[in-house]
Amino acid sequence: MSEHDSFPLAQATRDAFLEAVEASDSDDESPRIDFDGLVVDVDDGAYVLETPEGVHRGLALEDLERTLETVAPYVSNWYFWSHTVGGEGTARRAFLRWCEGTSSADDEAVPARYANLEDGIVRQWGQLQLTTRLDADGQGRGARQYEIRHVDDAAVDLEALEAHTDPYDAREIVTEDADGRYRPLKTAPTLVGGWVFDDLSSADFVETVRTVYPATVENWHREQRDELDVDHWLEAAERQTGIYDVVDELPREALEWVTEACCVDSQCLKRREWHYTEDDHLEVDGGDGEFPCREPCSLVIAAARKWAILESEEEKTWHLELTTSELNQLAEIVDAVADDRTEQIREADVYDGANRYRARYLRAKRMEEGSLRAESHDE
Amino acid sequence: MQALVIVAHGSHLNAGSAQPTYDHADTIRETGAFDEVREGFWKEEPHFREVIRTVESDEVFVVPLFISEGYFTEQVIPRELRLENWDPDLWDSEGTDASNVTLEAADVDKTVHYCGPVGTHDAMTDVIVQRAESVTGDSNVGEGFGLAVVGHGTERNENSAKAIEYHTERIREMDRFDEVQALYMDEEPEVDDVTDHMSAEDIVVVPLFIADGFHTQEDIPEDMGLTDDYRTGWDVPGDVDGQRIWYAGAVGTEGLMADVILERAADAGADIGDALERVQEWTGGTPAAGD
Repeated sequence: MSEHDSFPLAQATRDAFLEAVEASDSDDESPRIDFDGLVVDVDDGAYVLETPEGVHRGLALEDLERTLETVAPYVSNWYFWSHTVGGEGTARRAFLRWCEGTSSADDEAVPARYANLEDGIVRQWGQLQLTTRLDADGQGRGARQYEIRHVDDAAVDLEALEAHTDPYDAREIVTEDADGRYRPLKTAPTLVGGWVFDDLSSADFVETVRTVYPATVENWHREQRDELDVDHWLEAAERQTGIYDVVDELPREALEWVTEACCVDSQCLKRREWHYTEDDHLEVDGGDGEFPCREPCSLVIAAARKWAILESEEEKTWHLELTTSELNQLAEIVDAVADDRTEQIREADVYDGANRYRARYLRAKRMEEGSLRAESHDE
Repeated sequence: MQALVIVAHGSHLNAGSAQPTYDHADTIRETGAFDEVREGFWKEEPHFREVIRTVESDEVFVVPLFISEGYFTEQVIPRELRLENWDPDLWDSEGTDASNVTLEAADVDKTVHYCGPVGTHDAMTDVIVQRAESVTGDSNVGEGFGLAVVGHGTERNENSAKAIEYHTERIREMDRFDEVQALYMDEEPEVDDVTDHMSAEDIVVVPLFIADGFHTQEDIPEDMGLTDDYRTGWDVPGDVDGQRIWYAGAVGTEGLMADVILERAADAGADIGDALERVQEWTGGTPAAGD
């Protein structure tokens, strides 16, 4: 018998439980309580209390009350979910259930889950590591406590991290990347670490996650229920007005390049579920993120506007003089910028085509007033 | 349950654009008047498109943190929120009269009370005056002072100038400042010529903008001649043609803006208890940014 099999319940837990049992409609066919393996029903005028571990029959209300302590994990768990969390049917509740590895009534029995919660159940949400634990001080109420930190800080001592408790502190954390650049996309994989939100209530925990990754919990929840309302590219593009009216003129093939540029896992942690249309799927992989992307975001729309305008230009054949190595160097420079690698190229690493001196040399030799010396004979 | 959703423009480029929205949301959250308070953006996240689904409340009060009625309040926000049967005529507005309309949103099972923008509410007049008090550090500022309210002008939106005119006239009627003048960035009378249009020795200049950005922190100070280069900053007050200019920066950063947001929601039927009194008490003496 583990320490989780029996412990004193808080008076509030007992009172709420008995109240719920008594308040249920006696004409209703369904059990008075049926939650996470704990069932209380009425049979022949007496209460029946059942868990996966056993059944107690023929109980008067006083007997039922006395029996509760023998199934304390179940009762405290019921209290936590019905009174502390509540919100039946909400994304918040579903997310909290997922965080402790429970998404349906068939999952691990409560005593086993409590044993896991003692150690902490760890989940990953984007770049967040989410840990759910039992709160020792609130055991009789089934209380949980939650911790959030950067996945890269998984092994770091709690004391070494900057501690926060206010969910809205996260706004400042998410505003800039490690180089101090503004992060306009919250789900870009550039979240900085070094901080921890510890000892959070369930409400503050979800609010913190929402602040770091807005609307991800709600869209994930819709997807869990097969209700994700995906707006594919053409629907989203045709809806635009004003300066974005042009985005629906982006060629079909260009959308492949747009999504490869902006939406892959190296750029955004959402899993892209939208395509060109519902029936015309993109070849570019949507990614493996936990939470879905249900329509082109405002950054993609703004960038696509630029590309729609650029793609309206005619292609031409250009003539310019370059050695093979110089041509290859242009590709290296594009690669370095596209992979955000320029900062990492060492000052004197002249073997890298995107090295600053190499680029300056190429500019000195082949460029004039900001342009390559190229000519086109096309009309 | 009732939720307040403040919708604002936000920015892909400027990290500070959303700050006034967050600040006012925090103030209102502190009152406890709403079960939930959330911010939604056009250029940030949560986007207008997905903000309503992030609240659990059945009753949602949406207040646009915008200065005037126009493209955003009439087209973009209702469309992105999926407000069913929306029509700008429902507001029955001549440009500054939009109050609220109750609709359903297509993607959620909730009642949405869609409010007019903060910028055209009567309470905004008080925020402009409050801004003048903040920048001068004088709660009785008025006598011997001129007040200029600055807006974009009509180039992009004819209602933009209507909002400026509306508040300018209301402040004039208070008979508090020696003179009150509406000035514009892209039409006459232009903010460039502030000292030609006003004769008071001290002039408070309040831009009717939601957030500080290029216009309020670069264009207007340079246009007025307060500084040759915005990057070197300017004095408050600063000397222009022998007159003292008290440049206030965006009115939207004033703490009392939270009061206007609450007024909008209350007008639409939100039960806000004593929140207005509390917000007025807290934000009555908010110092101007940079003081």
